[in-house]
Amino acid sequence: MSRTRTPVVAHWFAGEGDAFRLLGTRCTACGAVFFPREDVLCRNPGCQGTDLDEVPLSPRGRVWSYTDGRYRPPAPYVSDPELPWRPYTLIAVELAAERMVVLGQGAPGVTVADLEVGMEVAAVPGVLSEDAGTTWTTWHWRPVGVTA
Amino acid sequence: MDDVALAAGGGDGVTGDVAVLGAGMHPWGKWGRGFVEYGTVAARAALADAGVDWRDITSVVGAETVRGGYPGYVAGATFAKALGWQGARVSSVYAACASGAQAIGTARAQLLAGLADVVLVVGADAAPKGFFRPAGGDRPDDPDWLRFRVLGATNPAYFALYARRRMTVHGDTLEDFARVKVKNAAQGSLNPLARYRKAVTAAEVAASAVVADPLRLLDICATSDGAAALVLSTPEFARRHGAVSPVRIRAVSTVTPTYPTTVLDLPDIATDSAAAVPPAEHTFRESVARAAYEEAGIGPEDLSVAEVYDLSTALELQWYEDLGLCAAGQGAELLREGATAPGGRIPVNTSGGLASFGEAVPAQAIAQVCELTWQLRGTAGARQIEGARVGITANQGLFGHGSSVVVVR
Ligand SMILES: [Zn+2]
Repeated sequence: MSRTRTPVVAHWFAGEGDAFRLLGTRCTACGAVFFPREDVLCRNPGCQGTDLDEVPLSPRGRVWSYTDGRYRPPAPYVSDPELPWRPYTLIAVELAAERMVVLGQGAPGVTVADLEVGMEVAAVPGVLSEDAGTTWTTWHWRPVGVTA
Repeated sequence: MDDVALAAGGGDGVTGDVAVLGAGMHPWGKWGRGFVEYGTVAARAALADAGVDWRDITSVVGAETVRGGYPGYVAGATFAKALGWQGARVSSVYAACASGAQAIGTARAQLLAGLADVVLVVGADAAPKGFFRPAGGDRPDDPDWLRFRVLGATNPAYFALYARRRMTVHGDTLEDFARVKVKNAAQGSLNPLARYRKAVTAAEVAASAVVADPLRLLDICATSDGAAALVLSTPEFARRHGAVSPVRIRAVSTVTPTYPTTVLDLPDIATDSAAAVPPAEHTFRESVARAAYEEAGIGPEDLSVAEVYDLSTALELQWYEDLGLCAAGQGAELLREGATAPGGRIPVNTSGGLASFGEAVPAQAIAQVCELTWQLRGTAGARQIEGARVGITANQGLFGHGSSVVVVR
């Protein structure tokens, strides 16, 4: 069955395989980087910038912290109430160049037992949920060297 | 404790004190009734405690709830109508978990500006079952909606990220976290207003279900129904009213963060980037406390008691450090020494904290001040900390809100 692949949020990430990147914006006046993207105003309080360019974020970072969700989150998170709940990991990742921490789900199969603070992870394409006509795509963090 | 800047009836502080004439609460629980009922019960308790007739109140400030529909958004007017319209000026404020403190701040500003002489502050909530969740509809412009839609990141998930980070960076253990619960539950068992009034053992914490690794059910605060209210006045009104040595509010800090934020905060998916602008010297939580100390002209060494926002056990340890009760990374050690338990150097959460109450969002920061009021009056019963003279509250909510209130006698 063919479903349309649609990003869960438009313009937050792009690319396939090794070319996959989270997309932020950078203020052309002061260089401040934003993710989630700011497209209208720079939020640096010392900058009047209104011109922001799309920039890919670093593809790899290091785990700042991690957890999992043992209970089904409420809507608007999409999950099938008919199926038993399967916990997924949440990983907060520090990007060195951007000096920021970005949260994401761990790739399928990654458990908290696989993770350590400081471990290197990469942003990879992932699937958040599927419905009749659509595969909702997202980003996942996956420990480097793990292909699960 | 010396009384340098705290003499009763003496100087009115750096910006001026306001008197706490009355404090009242509706017991926390899951009562299945509406927030208006809880709020008016608390309001009447505070008015009775103050000995002030409702018709003499010149301003009402309501801390809003987003869970009560329109009446929740206009909480001040809702409470004023329920108590019987009497012509007072009215305000309603919302600041997530800091709503109650902002309501106190609004009342205080009116009193200091001479716009009112005696003000009723009320916050009340009727909480849903289970996780807090965002408002309905398809709202991709709302970060609170996005974190659930894209990540399924509940509030406990964020608490767990902080807890795991502390374990790695500071060496905190699950036993340390459990110790916080044991301490706070013991206090809650002495508080007739608390929802959970049963002592808890470390073994019970360890046996409770993991909600978000490494935190267990008993590490995380519940969501509750509850209400708290205060009657605040100018020092002149208090004197005329015959309140000889009232508890006073000396500082209300409601500062916002400074860009770039460096600690992942609810409901955000990322921190700010510190690549273009270096971060401020202090984190947001630290800056909330520092502003309160500065406004009050005191430091952590002057404190007798503190009420901090223990959304999780691990967060209580974080607050010890952010309030300057100990150095960064030393929170667990301070707890292990017993410094933050009754009889220690600086007892924290003598009320039982959120661990014993559960969170009733707009009421919580007001309830913290109620507990400090009773402690400073010496009327906290079995929970009384001997000779308490100076107390501080600390609280943090979504969307860049935080608060800290300094209360003296
Ligand atoms: Zn800029």
